[in-house]
Amino acid sequence: MAIKKYCLVCGGTGCETGKTDAIYRGLLAAADANGISDDIQVVKTGCFGLCEKGPIVKVLPEETFYVGVSPEDTGKIIEEHLVEGRIVDSLLYKVNNKKIKFYQKQKRLVLRNCGVIDPEKINEYIARQGYVALEKVLFELSSEEVLEELKISGLRGRGGAGFPTWLKWKFTAEVESDKKYIVCNADEGDPGAYMDRATLEGDPHSILEAMIIAGKTVNSDHGVIYIRAEYPLAIQRLEIALKQARESGLLGDDILGSGFSFDIEIRLGAGAFVCGEETALLASTEGNRGMPIPKPPFPAVKGLFAKPTVINNVETYANIPLIIEKGGAWFKAIGTEKSPGTKVFALTGKIENSGLVEVPMGTTLREIIFDVGGGIRDGKEFKAVQTGGPSGGVITKDYLDTPIDFDHLTAIGSMMGSGGMIVMDEDDCIVDITKFYMEFCVDESCGKCAPCRIGTKRMHQILGKITSGQATMEDLQKLKDIGLATQKASLCGLGQTAANPVLSTLKYFEEEYLEHIRDGKCRSGKCKDLVTYTIDADKCIGCTVCARKCPVPCIAGERKAPHVIDQSKCIKCGICFDVCKFGAVIVA
Amino acid sequence: MAKLTLDKLRVLREEQKVVIERRDTSDKSIHVIVGMGTCGIAAGAKEALNVFLGEAYTRKMENVVVKQTGCMGLCYAEPTVEVKMEGMPDTLYGNVNAIVAKKIVDQHLVGHRLVNKHVFDYPARDIHKE
Repeated sequence: MAIKKYCLVCGGTGCETGKTDAIYRGLLAAADANGISDDIQVVKTGCFGLCEKGPIVKVLPEETFYVGVSPEDTGKIIEEHLVEGRIVDSLLYKVNNKKIKFYQKQKRLVLRNCGVIDPEKINEYIARQGYVALEKVLFELSSEEVLEELKISGLRGRGGAGFPTWLKWKFTAEVESDKKYIVCNADEGDPGAYMDRATLEGDPHSILEAMIIAGKTVNSDHGVIYIRAEYPLAIQRLEIALKQARESGLLGDDILGSGFSFDIEIRLGAGAFVCGEETALLASTEGNRGMPIPKPPFPAVKGLFAKPTVINNVETYANIPLIIEKGGAWFKAIGTEKSPGTKVFALTGKIENSGLVEVPMGTTLREIIFDVGGGIRDGKEFKAVQTGGPSGGVITKDYLDTPIDFDHLTAIGSMMGSGGMIVMDEDDCIVDITKFYMEFCVDESCGKCAPCRIGTKRMHQILGKITSGQATMEDLQKLKDIGLATQKASLCGLGQTAANPVLSTLKYFEEEYLEHIRDGKCRSGKCKDLVTYTIDADKCIGCTVCARKCPVPCIAGERKAPHVIDQSKCIKCGICFDVCKFGAVIVA
Repeated sequence: MAKLTLDKLRVLREEQKVVIERRDTSDKSIHVIVGMGTCGIAAGAKEALNVFLGEAYTRKMENVVVKQTGCMGLCYAEPTVEVKMEGMPDTLYGNVNAIVAKKIVDQHLVGHRLVNKHVFDYPARDIHKE
C-alpha cells in the first residue's frame, strides 16, 4: 500500500538532546499498534529552526505543525490525527500568536528568486514578475516619477554608508552631459560576506533590470558591472543573463520598441579590497591602478571617464525593480522609519545555522542570531558579533536587543557595512580577531596615503606584541592614538574605518586587552605564546592517549603513571587538552 | 529568441507563469532542483547533480527533470536538493552527497518514501508561496 502521510520529527541538535529518538520510536510503535504502519512514514529531519518550541513533529501533506511534543504524546498524534483525522489541538503550533511566527522574521525581497528560479533561464525570471518594473519605466513613468517613487521608498545604499539612492540618481539626472554611466559595484570583499555573490548567482536578471531602469531615469546608455574575478560562477551567470537579455531585446537598441537603448558590459576586478571604494573602483574600471581620490567631486557628477555616473551596490539594485513595481509607499512600510526595507546578512562563525538571511530593518541581533540562526554552535556562550567586516566593530551581549539599522549600528560604534555578520563564542580571543582584521587592512591598504599605509601596519605590530605577551601599557595608549589618527587623516573609507575593530574592541573588551598585557594571560587560549599546557599528576591515570596523539611528540611517561609535557618542545597545539578524558591537562 | 516587444513580453510572462505554476502542482513529471550556488557547488552539489542525471539516464526515467537554482540561504545544509513530484509533498533535502542522492532516487523517486535524516524545512515557506 502506498504511503499516505508523513510524520517528520525534528532531528536538529536542539531537539536531539530532547527526545527525538524516543518520539521517533514512539510514533513507529503507535503506528504499528494501530495497524497503519504501511500507510505512514516517520522521518527524522534537519532542524526546523524553532528549537525553543521543540521537539517538533510535522505531519505532511497537510503541514500540521506540532510543538513541544513529548514521547507520551506520540500515541495521541497517531490515534487522533492519523487514524481518526482529528488534529490534536493541545499540541498545535499557534500561528496567530505573533511571537512565534518564526518564518516571518525573514522577509526575502532581495533574495526573492534565489533558490526558486533557474538563474540561467530568463523565462523563469519573467514569469515571476521580471521586467514588469522596466515596462513601467519605459512606457508609463517619467524620470521625475521614478525619482519620486525612490524618494518615497526611502531606499538607502546597501553598500555600507547608507546614502539615499534617489539623491544619487537625481544628481546624475540633473547634470547635462553627452555621456553618462550606470555602474554596479559587485566588488564584494569583506571577509565572510557573500550576499552579493549569492544574488548575482541566483537572480542575475534583477540587477540587469535595475540598471536599465537607472539608465532610462538618468538618460544613460551604458552600464558597467564591476565584479571580482574570484566570482567565476557569478560572472558566468551574468554573461548568460546578458546574452539572453540581448537576444530578447531587453538590452541593446530600441528596448521593447520604446526607442530607448542601453547595454551593459562586465569589467573584472583583480580582487583588491580598496576597489570596493567607489572612486577606486572607477579608476580600476578605466584601466588605471585602483586607488581612491578625494571627494568631491562625487561620481554622480564626475565619475567614470570624468562623466556623470550612478554607482550602486548589487543589493541596492536588487531592491529597485520591486520598488518600481509595487510602489515606494509599499517599500517604506517595511523596516524602520529611517532605514526602510530589508537587509541581507551572511551569518557565519560559531552559529548553528550559518547562511544567508534577509530580515526587515529594525530586527534585533538577538532575533537574527538566536531565532533565525539557531543560536551558538555546540551550546557555547555568546561573546560578540562582528558586523561590517574590517570597517565595522563588535557588538556585545549588552546590545543584542539593538534594532539593526544604519543609525543604530553607527551609534554603538559598529556599522552596517555590506552585511557580513561573524558570530564569536567564548573560545574566540578578541585581540586575536582584531589582529586578523588589521592584518587584512595592512594587506589591502593601497598605500596612497600615509595614515592608512603606516597606521594599519603599526597597529598590527602592536596587536602582535599584545598577543605574544610583550606589550606594555604604553603600547595600549599608542594603539588608541594611532587608531584615532588613522580614522581622522585617511583619504578614503578603507583607512577611515580600518581602526574601527580596534577602537570598538578596546571600548567593549578593554579588560581582555589588559589581561594580555598585565597578566600575560589569554582567557580563550587562542594566543599560543601566552598559554602553557601542563599535566596534573593527580588526575593523570597514564592512559597514554595524549602521548600518542602529540604531533611533536613532547609528552613522556610510563603506562599507568602520570605523564609530563616537555615545555621546551611543546608547540601548544592543544591536542592533548582535547583528547584527555580525565581533565588532567591544564591550560594556563 | 526573437526580439520582444511590449505585447510579446506580456504574453510570454503569462505563458511562463503557467509553466512555472504547473511545475508546482499537477505536472506528472518529477522535478529535482539542485542548489547550484558557489556554496552548493563547493559542498559537492555537482556530484549530486551527476548522480541524478546518471540515474535518470540509466534507469530510463524520462519523466525526471533535473534543474538548477541559486543559493536559498541554507548554507549550513548544502548541498540542498528539492524534489517535487505528484503524490508526495514538496521536499527539501539537505547535506545531499552522492550517496544520499542515490538514496533519494531509490527511496523517494522510485519508492515514494522520504529519506530519513535529510529532510529540511524551508527557511521561509510562507514567503516562497507569496
